[in-house]
Amino acid sequence: MKIYRYAFILFILLGCSLNLISQESDLLSLLDEEETTHYTTASFKATRVINLHSLENMSAGELDIKIQHRFGFISGGAYELWGLDQSTIRIGADYGVTNSFMIGLGRSSYEKTYDGFMKLKVLRQSTGAKNMPVTLALFSSMAIKTLKPSDPNRENYFSNNLYYAFQMILGRKFSDAFSLQLSPSLVHRNLVATAEESNDVVALGVGGRIKLSKRVSLNAEYIYVWPDQIADIYTNSFSIGFDIETGGHVFQLHFSNSTSMIEKGFIAETVGEWGKGEVHLGFNISRVFNLK
Amino acid sequence: MNTKILFALALCLCTQVAIGQKYFSKSGKISFFSDTDMEKIEAENTSASTVIDFSSGAIEWAVLIQGFQFEKALMQEHFNENYMESSKYPKAKFKGVIEDHTKVDLTKDGTYEVMVNGELEIRGIKKPVSTKAKIDVANKMFTGTCSFSVMIADYGIKVPKVVENNIADEVDITILAEYKPL
Repeated sequence: MKIYRYAFILFILLGCSLNLISQESDLLSLLDEEETTHYTTASFKATRVINLHSLENMSAGELDIKIQHRFGFISGGAYELWGLDQSTIRIGADYGVTNSFMIGLGRSSYEKTYDGFMKLKVLRQSTGAKNMPVTLALFSSMAIKTLKPSDPNRENYFSNNLYYAFQMILGRKFSDAFSLQLSPSLVHRNLVATAEESNDVVALGVGGRIKLSKRVSLNAEYIYVWPDQIADIYTNSFSIGFDIETGGHVFQLHFSNSTSMIEKGFIAETVGEWGKGEVHLGFNISRVFNLK
Repeated sequence: MNTKILFALALCLCTQVAIGQKYFSKSGKISFFSDTDMEKIEAENTSASTVIDFSSGAIEWAVLIQGFQFEKALMQEHFNENYMESSKYPKAKFKGVIEDHTKVDLTKDGTYEVMVNGELEIRGIKKPVSTKAKIDVANKMFTGTCSFSVMIADYGIKVPKVVENNIADEVDITILAEYKPL
């Protein structure tokens, strides 16, 4: 019997010492870890995929001065220096009012158009305590064309020059390298050229990026416009390019068949045919300033 | 009889282990500072976890990289995305020993200077760290503070040429925690 007792005591002692060893090898495991919510960041490097608004917002107090530039069509050949002789430009400023609400203003040389927009993040992709598989943003913009009317004899109301665009941006960062978003869009034109064109244009944009290195990503976007809404001369917008990040700048270099850089333009008024080389070389330069 | 004494002894040993001399904090502050002529970069994390076992002098720290708060949101994004790769390496850890922990008397208020040796793990790379630390005892509680610096190249952090002058090669780290008994 005695031997059993000794064995029992030895067992307890052994148990204690083992306990001691295990505790010492990992002290932090003694603390129970509270699960925190981790919000996904940097799904895209900029607030634009290329022309399309990405699901990213400016942070509160950040001002982004954006210079967007498109050269002429490459199909212009050597005479036009492959489009380098022409240029279309949009100068804009985006500002983060809060971390989930941003506004922006811009002026495009294309049809001398002024535009303003708002973007509100409704859902943020997250893991951990709060799990949310997607980011959802709502976007709305308005544009005013100030180009002198083609027919001065016709009565031209101010409202003729107004355009509106609404978008839902639904996206997900699937991995560090790959993000994808869908942008169902509605563009409203107060005035269209012919009765065959509809004032409302429904479209679906798809944009994505693949990170090639820490500071370079390959971006592409395509916007499908449902048939019989726009004139035959217009086609769907497709753009592909690179985001190159250098400290406070993001440099976006791309090819696009769209001339305009605002929604009503690149969704409903794209004329370039990729097959015919009617493609612009273009870039967006973004410089961020902290106002807070 | 003999067995009863042994049994009591064993129980004593057990309880001693259970009480222990362990102290912890879940709101440890870790901040770092990179100072160059071009730019000063500062970030702070106030939710680091740490445990000290005074019976052995063992000390451990762990901190979530994503919890570091910067003044500029873009800096924070670049810190996580480009330099620390926090989705791949979510935590930085320190595991070490307070070499002269026996001179700290937690029943007596005062300031004790101690030497801490251990390994700091950042981005999955472990490097030895040896630093002086201070333990301020007051009312059976104590505050631990420490500052040291690390070479960012030691942890495989590469800085591109364009921002070379904005980020210091050596970053100063300051640590503070108010420990409570575990």
